[in-house]
Order: sequence, then C-alpha cells, then structure tokens
Amino acid sequence: MPVLQYREAIRQALAEELTRDPNVVVLGEEVAQFHGAYKVTEGLLAKFGPKRIVDTPISEAGFIGMGVGASMLGIRPVIELMFWSFYSVAFDQILNNAANVRYMSGGQIHCPIVIRGPANGGTNVGATHSHTPENVLANHPGIKVVVPATPYDAKGLLKSAIRDNDPVMYLENTMLYGDKGEVPEEEYLVPLGKADIKREGKDLTIVSYGRAMVQSLAAANVLQQEHNLSVEVVDLRSIRPLDMDTVLASVRKTHRVLVVEEQKPFCGVGAQLAYMIQSEAFDELDAPIARLSTVDAPSIYSPPVEEEQLPNPQRIIKAAIAAMAS
Amino acid sequence: MSKKSTATPDELGSSLHGKASHAEAAVNSSLSKDQKIGLYRLMVRIRRFEERSLRAYQAKKIGGFLHLYIGQEAVAVGCCSLMGKDDHVITAYRDHGHAIAVGMELNPLMAELYGKATGCSKGKGGSMHFFDPSRNYWGGHGIVGGQVPLGTGLAYALKYKGLKGACMTFMGDGAVNQGAVHEAYNLAALWDLPVVFVIENNGYSMGTSQARSSAGDLARRADAYHMDWGVCDGHDLYEVRANMVRYLDRAREKCKPSVVEIRTYRYRGHSVADPDNTYRAKGEVEEYRRTKDPIQVFQDLLLAEKVLDAAQVEKIDAEARAEADLSAEFAEASPYPSIDDVQKDVYWEADNPGERTSGGRLFFN
Repeated sequence: MPVLQYREAIRQALAEELTRDPNVVVLGEEVAQFHGAYKVTEGLLAKFGPKRIVDTPISEAGFIGMGVGASMLGIRPVIELMFWSFYSVAFDQILNNAANVRYMSGGQIHCPIVIRGPANGGTNVGATHSHTPENVLANHPGIKVVVPATPYDAKGLLKSAIRDNDPVMYLENTMLYGDKGEVPEEEYLVPLGKADIKREGKDLTIVSYGRAMVQSLAAANVLQQEHNLSVEVVDLRSIRPLDMDTVLASVRKTHRVLVVEEQKPFCGVGAQLAYMIQSEAFDELDAPIARLSTVDAPSIYSPPVEEEQLPNPQRIIKAAIAAMAS
Repeated sequence: MSKKSTATPDELGSSLHGKASHAEAAVNSSLSKDQKIGLYRLMVRIRRFEERSLRAYQAKKIGGFLHLYIGQEAVAVGCCSLMGKDDHVITAYRDHGHAIAVGMELNPLMAELYGKATGCSKGKGGSMHFFDPSRNYWGGHGIVGGQVPLGTGLAYALKYKGLKGACMTFMGDGAVNQGAVHEAYNLAALWDLPVVFVIENNGYSMGTSQARSSAGDLARRADAYHMDWGVCDGHDLYEVRANMVRYLDRAREKCKPSVVEIRTYRYRGHSVADPDNTYRAKGEVEEYRRTKDPIQVFQDLLLAEKVLDAAQVEKIDAEARAEADLSAEFAEASPYPSIDDVQKDVYWEADNPGERTSGGRLFFN
C-alpha cells in the first residue's frame, strides 16, 4: 500500500473530489500560486486551473462569507484557513451565517461548505496562532467538526466532508503534516461520526483525537513496556457528530477513562465527554474520569515550555498512572 | 443621477426636477398599464401588511424585534421589479418589503411574525429572517453587514455557473462601516462579480444619524475599489427603476459590480421598540410623509397618467387592508411549532435520514 504524508493525503482527497465534482472549488490565502502556506495544495493550480484553485486576499470574513453564499446556490467551496486561529475574524460568517441559515429559513437552505486548515499549538507561534477551536465550533448546532490524526483518516474524512450537505469544519495540525501512513490506492471514504480504536487494551481507555491521540499512542507503548499497562486508545476523529457508542463500549471493557485533548480545559471537548461518560456508564466506572488538557493559559511562546504546556507523551504517561492509582 | 456623483444636496435636488425623464426611461415607459398598477399595488400591500403587523405587535401577538419598512417601499418594489430568472436578492433584518416585492404571500409572512408553524420559516426565524429560495430571495439577516459577503457569494456562484444574473445585495446606511462590507466590496471588484450593492440610506443607523456615524459620502467609497457607483432618490419608484436597471444590466452583461445608494426614509423607529424621540424631530418625519411618501408620489403619477382613478385607488387600498387582516387571522388560527420541531431544520442530514452517511450523535440532549 502506498505510504503518504498527512499533507499529501489531504491533497489527494482534494484532487479526487475536484475531479469528481465540477462544483468543488478550493479557495484560500496562497493556495494556488504559492502552493499553500503548508504546501497542502501544491500542484493543484497546474492541474485544475485558476477557476477551481483560487488565491484570496487576506480577508477571511469576506471570502468565507462569500463561500457560504456560494454554497447556498450549490457551489461546494473548500476553504483553507492558513491557521484556524484566524476564524475569529470570520466568526459571524461561520457561526451565525453558515451554522444558522438552514434553521432560520425553516430548512429551505443548506450550506455544503468545508473550512479546513491547521488548529494546533507546538510551533512556538504564540497565543494568537495556536487556537484549538473545535469546542467552540461544536458548540454551534448546524456545524460539524472533524479532527483527523492520520493520513488515512485525513483523506477519507475530507472526501466525506466535501460530499456532506452540512457545513463541515475540518481541523488539521501543522505538526502532523509530515507524518506518514498507509493510504490505499483505491477510493475509500471515512464517514463522519465514526470513532476508531487505534490501539486495543484492557486496563485503561484513553479517549483522544488529533495530535493528542498520536501522542497517546506513543504513551501507550511506553505504558505497556515499562508499566505493564494495557491501554486502549479511542480516536474520536469526529467531534460533532460524536460516536459515543464506541467510547462507551471501550469504557465497559476497561472501566477506567483518561481523556486527552489539546484543548484548554474549561468547557473543552473533554468536559463534554466526561459528562456523557459518567451519565451513561456510571456503573461501569471503577474510578473518576481523568482528564489531561493543555495547561490553562494562553499559549506560551517559549519553545521548551510550550512543549510542557501541551499534552505530550510524558504528561500522558503520568496522567495514565495516576488514573490507574485512583 | 449621473455616475460618480458627489451626491451633494444640490444634485439630489436636481434629480427631483428630472421626474418626467424617469417616467420616460425605457424601463418605465415600456410598462403596461397593468404592470404599473401591479407595482403600485405591491407598495400598498407592503404598507398595509406592516401596519397590520404593528397592531399585532402592540397587542403582543409578535415577539422580539419588528423593523418596519414603512416609507421605504419604492426601493424594494422598484429594485425587485427588475428581477429576471437568474437575479437574486439578499437583505438585512428590515426584510418584509423585499419578501413581498419578490412575490411571497402574506399569510406565511404574518404567520412567521406570530411564530407559527405555518410561517415561511416555520416560526424559526421571525421578522428578521424571511427566506424564499424558490423566488431567489435569500433573507432576511440579523447582523448589520453580515449578509453582504453572502450576497457576494451568490454572485460568485452565478458567475461560476456561467449564468447571466445579478445579485442585489441590500444593506442599510449603518452597514457601510462594517468591515465585512468592505471585504465584500474588494472581492467583488477584484473578481468582477455580478453584484449590485444597494445601500438603502434612510438617514439613520439605528438612532445615530449619518452625519454622526459615517465619514464622507457612502456610495463614493466604491471609488476606492474602482467600482461604478451612483446615488438616487428612493421615494420615486420610476427613479429607482431607471437607475437600477443600468447597474443590473452592467452586472448581468459585463459581470461588473457596483454600489447604488438609494436615499429613502423610514417613518417608524429603528424597530418598534425604538421610542424615536431622541434623535430626530417629529417634523422631519411629517415633512417627508407630506412631500415624498413613495406610495402617494406614485399614486399621483399614475393618476396624472390616467393609469389609475380614484375608485381604483380606493379599491386597491381596501383589498390590501382586507388581505392583511386575513393574514393576521390565518396567523392567529395557525398552530405553534412543537417542541419536537426545535431540533428539525438544523442539519440537512438529520432532516434526510434516508440519505445520511455519517454516524454518531448530532444532538446532545
């Protein structure tokens, strides 16, 4: 099976969907001539031309709002945010217009738009460029949110997102763009709202997604080898819709849960998960639900300290051991 | 008025003397007698509908905000009367007039105000959120200026699909100071999108006059984006049509955007909740109503043209009042949405379960 980088898998998904559906358009800052700030869209301009691959000015409220309007008339814009952090200047267009227009029109309109780009810390770019807004986005009914962690999932989820008739927010991670993984040559889709057991185990369930999930896998290997702990890692992949069945099945198997998220803790995705797990599987739990988040402060610049602020394998190992002891 | 006008009061005045020429403009002189009566009737229906809705609001049948269009009717009717099959309309929250002007029926509109399941948005949108995509009417949007990028996107879609249409993107004079509006201007001009940005300048952004909120001339800001622009009066339906047709044609035929400022006036406060006693003099409203009321102005024109006579004026008015009353009766008799309806029309997938491809939970209670 071919091995692709995460960024190449995203690019392949874009190319396949651009080929399949003439209404798919890729728009964003520097996605065409410059090949994308993170080279995700490299080569697409040459292949599909300037009508399909469109460089925009630095004007997120303008071009995202424009994409929402175009989607109401049947265009399927895939809009790149250079950083998801920049969503804040387009908040009204995404979370008032795209999220609500179906509802406010009594179901007469739908917005098949995808907004994608990296949403992560760890690159020493400071607080304004390190937001992880999946919790904020998922707080808005009408919006769907996916966070792929592997090249296989990145491709399959993006193809599903582009075909989806609801607005889908697709959160990538600059730290994962170079990660490699097997991606089949034949076409496949990963449906939204389906979690994936990335590692089977029996002692502890780690529920995670995105880069924190990749780090959880690394931690799980150490926990197995050095602490004889068998950890199951559930990769949510999709925040909304959310596959609670897979989470709850794992809880019923291990009876202990650690939620690991690259999120600030207050009102984060982990808070929602912990509420739902205790509410729906209280009797299955042998210990309180543990949670490891980003240390609760704006993202620090200082490179070695930022690593400690974010989830990392060492912090996850420590949290897992504590979860087993409680 | 001419393009690149500096929009001084003098020039505005000069346009008033050009009334006859507006009537003679091809777009107006080609109207049949019935078409002219139809346009007049539309304005009267909007006025009577809104007056009836105001009474319902005062009787607490309607919640939230009610932003009335009374005084501005010739703008929506004049502009929307020029729509072809691929022309589209989007506006802000003062959206009743445009809805009726594109042909929406009064019953679902009044029912929407009453929050009823028979409303045009099933009682989920309210006064600010009337939509009818089947009539190319895309709302009805609550945030000042927020609809302007959407209208630009509708125009983008038209161009992408190779359709010869235009999107009239309405906004108020308060919206011109929002960043999203300028971002949309830039994109429309940069990419030659077929959009006509229509500023309905009623002189007040909420309770703050134009002089106290906007630097310089409003439409003239288009110059910075090398967009065509113009200013005209909005109380004369003929004038609105004579001006708008040029910009619409330019958008349709040449894919060129423009900004048109239409000077109009609202008789009521920003919304009905606005006591309207702090920022303008009562005499100002009375003066406009006495000299420039758009329905009276067009009625006088049609009487002079012998298109209408007094009996017909009376009949049209009586019918419009009766229709508005019937719409209130319809709304009153209609059921409210159920609590189960609250979670419908949120996700396309949830509303089309047979075609759902995703798994997992979409709702969390």
